[in-house]
Amino acid sequence: MPTHTLTVNGKQVTVDVEDDVRLLWVLRDLLGITGPKYGCGINVCKACTCHINGKAFNPCSVRVADVKPDDEITTIEGLPATVGADLHPMQQAWLERDVAQCGYCQPGQIMAAVAKVRQAREAGHEVGDADIDEIRNICRCGTYARIREAIKDGAKNM
Amino acid sequence: MEQRRSPRSGPSGSDSPPDPAGPDLGRRRFLGYLLAAPTLAAAAHLGGSLAAPRHAGAAIPSAPEVQEVFDLNDLLTLATKPTANLIAVVLNPDGTASFDMPRAESGQGVTTMAAMLIAEELELPLDKINVTLADARPELVFNQFTAGSNTAISMYNPIRVAAAIARKQLLKAAAIQLGDTVTALTPHLGFIEAADGRRIGYGELAELAAAQKTEQVEVELKERSQFRIVGTPQNRIDALDAVTGRKTFAMDLDVPGALPTMICRPPTIKGTPASVANLDAVRQLPGVTDVVPIATGVAVRARTFGQCIDAVNALDVAWNPGTVDGESDDTVLAKLKEAELPLAVPPLKPLTGVVEGEFTFYWRNNAALEPNTAVADVRADRAEIWAPLQSPILCQEQVAAQLGLPLNAVTVHVMQAGGAFGRRMFNDVVLEATEASKKMGKPVKLMWHRTDECRQGRMHPMCTSRIRATYAAGNVLTFEQRHTSVATDYTQGFGEIITSLGAKIPPLGQGNELGFSVPVFHLTVNVPYNFGAVTQLLNEVYTYDTFPTSSVRNLVNPDVRTAQELIVDQLAAKMGKDPYTFRREFVDDDRVRAVLDKAAEVGQWGREMEPGTAQAITVHKEYKGATATLIEIDCRPETVNRRVRNAVTGPRVTKAVMAVDTGLPINPRGLEAQMQGGIMDGIAQTLTSSLHLRDGTLLEGSWDDYFYTRHWNAPLETTIIVMPPTTGEPGGAGEFGVPSAMAAVACAYARATGTIPTSFPINHGTLSFTPKATVPPLPPSPTNGLEFAF
Repeated sequence: MPTHTLTVNGKQVTVDVEDDVRLLWVLRDLLGITGPKYGCGINVCKACTCHINGKAFNPCSVRVADVKPDDEITTIEGLPATVGADLHPMQQAWLERDVAQCGYCQPGQIMAAVAKVRQAREAGHEVGDADIDEIRNICRCGTYARIREAIKDGAKNM
Repeated sequence: MEQRRSPRSGPSGSDSPPDPAGPDLGRRRFLGYLLAAPTLAAAAHLGGSLAAPRHAGAAIPSAPEVQEVFDLNDLLTLATKPTANLIAVVLNPDGTASFDMPRAESGQGVTTMAAMLIAEELELPLDKINVTLADARPELVFNQFTAGSNTAISMYNPIRVAAAIARKQLLKAAAIQLGDTVTALTPHLGFIEAADGRRIGYGELAELAAAQKTEQVEVELKERSQFRIVGTPQNRIDALDAVTGRKTFAMDLDVPGALPTMICRPPTIKGTPASVANLDAVRQLPGVTDVVPIATGVAVRARTFGQCIDAVNALDVAWNPGTVDGESDDTVLAKLKEAELPLAVPPLKPLTGVVEGEFTFYWRNNAALEPNTAVADVRADRAEIWAPLQSPILCQEQVAAQLGLPLNAVTVHVMQAGGAFGRRMFNDVVLEATEASKKMGKPVKLMWHRTDECRQGRMHPMCTSRIRATYAAGNVLTFEQRHTSVATDYTQGFGEIITSLGAKIPPLGQGNELGFSVPVFHLTVNVPYNFGAVTQLLNEVYTYDTFPTSSVRNLVNPDVRTAQELIVDQLAAKMGKDPYTFRREFVDDDRVRAVLDKAAEVGQWGREMEPGTAQAITVHKEYKGATATLIEIDCRPETVNRRVRNAVTGPRVTKAVMAVDTGLPINPRGLEAQMQGGIMDGIAQTLTSSLHLRDGTLLEGSWDDYFYTRHWNAPLETTIIVMPPTTGEPGGAGEFGVPSAMAAVACAYARATGTIPTSFPINHGTLSFTPKATVPPLPPSPTNGLEFAF
């Protein structure tokens, strides 16, 4: 069985698993990192959204063999450390707006929101409604109104 | 008139002795218990008095099969213990209080509500209260069932009584310690304080205040005017866990040996496996440990879920037909139309105007985002289960029956649910996990793939609603509604086995329709307007178990009320009145009128709108409360035709304003969240989300073709107005937001386009996706995820 070396939340880990197992299952089932959630397995619900080298992606649709040892994988568990704080400003905004209901999609929503704010800035503007409309993360509780507010709040402190 | 979602009746609080001091004090004086325990434990009855008759008895058909599956005597013995039906607040030596709640938390906020009620009566800070979900407690019988937005209504008094008894006992213990009288002491934020500034913490008193023997005590609750926490906006007690990824769901559990397990399922609804050609070959696939046929398919256990998916798709299974292989949307619709009960009032009468309409509501999936998941560890002499459950007692009873084990050999742990919406009233996933664990001889963590949820999960029954209203001389004379629906499965009963079996009574599950569907319909529906002679009737087609059905965040009212409100707008137009003014004139309840006025005011009813856009306003009355929703919709071509990859766009709800009166809002911030969620469901159900049935298969297979509301469909502006307390008693919230929201979106669409929609969602007639294959059953996992990184 092949051995894979990964960098997850700033730590290097090795795992013995077949090349084609998707990264989500390596994180969840083998490494016990359960913040990224399963919701579809085909990259449409976005509940597993994490970051690779600072960009949002969905590990349900990436083979473990396609991740390089020096790719920085960040899950919700590692997000606060990227800003050297107990909580990322986006998580803080989520708390202040009391966004979560069941909470299942929220790690993915937060990871997507952080990337969306950065993407907007790289394009030369602050995140707005049109950007938020592009976020594909589904919330079956229907927390979209508070997510919209929280993203704008969180962006101000990023 | 009170409206209840569940036919359960009877007082929701604890025993209230007659009181000579007057009615107000009488309403606040209750009986509860001090329990013999190592630390202070105070309790109250849940669901009425021991002395009261068992209130479910009359409504439930007799159940001849009970003893075949379950020893009724065991259950009744448990139910008649003096401590049956008690819920307890326990004080801990570290100064915290604990409450093990016999309800499901699925995001609706009931754990936060419970903590607030305890904090209020116990005078303890909110963050010192730990609310956990109780394991199945069979002695609670009918009282551990989460459904019908009933939790606040049923738990409000019992939780407060238990906490108030604890406070009273702490005062007594502190009086001894401080050498003072109880009346001279004040409980404050976890301390009992004396006038001279001396104080003693609850933690120090936890053991001193413990009771030596269990005894009944009387207690007086706070007056509402003294509330400091109830009625104030509070954040969820689990919010930090949710945003850090620490909140633990069943699929996150690390139960030793419980490896990922999935099921290979049939291509048509409720098909069954006939034979498997390549069991041994699939057992050799990477990561796979076990492959066994079970009743509903073929179970695969592997090191990772990814390897389960690959193995499921590698299985070569011959399938028996399902229950509805010949059925499609059009065959079901034909049966519904045939079964429609006749209207009584003729359509043509001299000097009388008539408004008529017939509306079709297609299937809706009720899966939450967290798929069905259960961990099962079945041994020879016992079983242990972990799952998010709305009916944990029934679950325990069903697992015991399935394994032939005594009830007390089965432990059922209730996990926090990643959404529920009615789906978790049914224990299918637990029974599959139990069967798989038993056959494999190993613990399993069984999870449904999303595609399983879409194609073999439960759904809101397809239904039609026909309405005829007549009017003359400025009055509505008659309003008739005939609702015809595919049978709803009520075999969850009231969350335990007696009523569950009652629903299955032959012939053809008549217990289901006569014992549940019809009474629930009549206990929940109404026409909230003074419309003269009103009749509403339900007829069901098929038997309860032909299609896998369930409520989906409410059962009949989103559709029943949407049909009504579309007719109300037409009545207003025919009678030459503005939709808001017309409703204002005809609503039959002052609370409904108040929310209607508030929504109209805040939503700026009547403001000038661009062509192709419109406002609508509707009301709803249920769950001891009232809502009104104002919607603005944009149906202009440039909006309708906007493009989002692999998605449905269509009309956009640009603004939603809802006013809600629940009688007594316990946590306005949580209530607001529930209403916001209800609006998103209403938008989805009117505009985008349905299942298509074709030859016994549901065509939708994931979130990219089952179009629940997404960010690009959500309103840009959502405002919820929580009305100040009216009745002073809490009402329901979880399902409450959907009906008026769904109706208002439909009415706004009609006003913006000039076309009254008659089937829902409005896009059902156009299949806007290529259905995924049914064999192999699961869509392959993509490998191109990095191409979409942003």
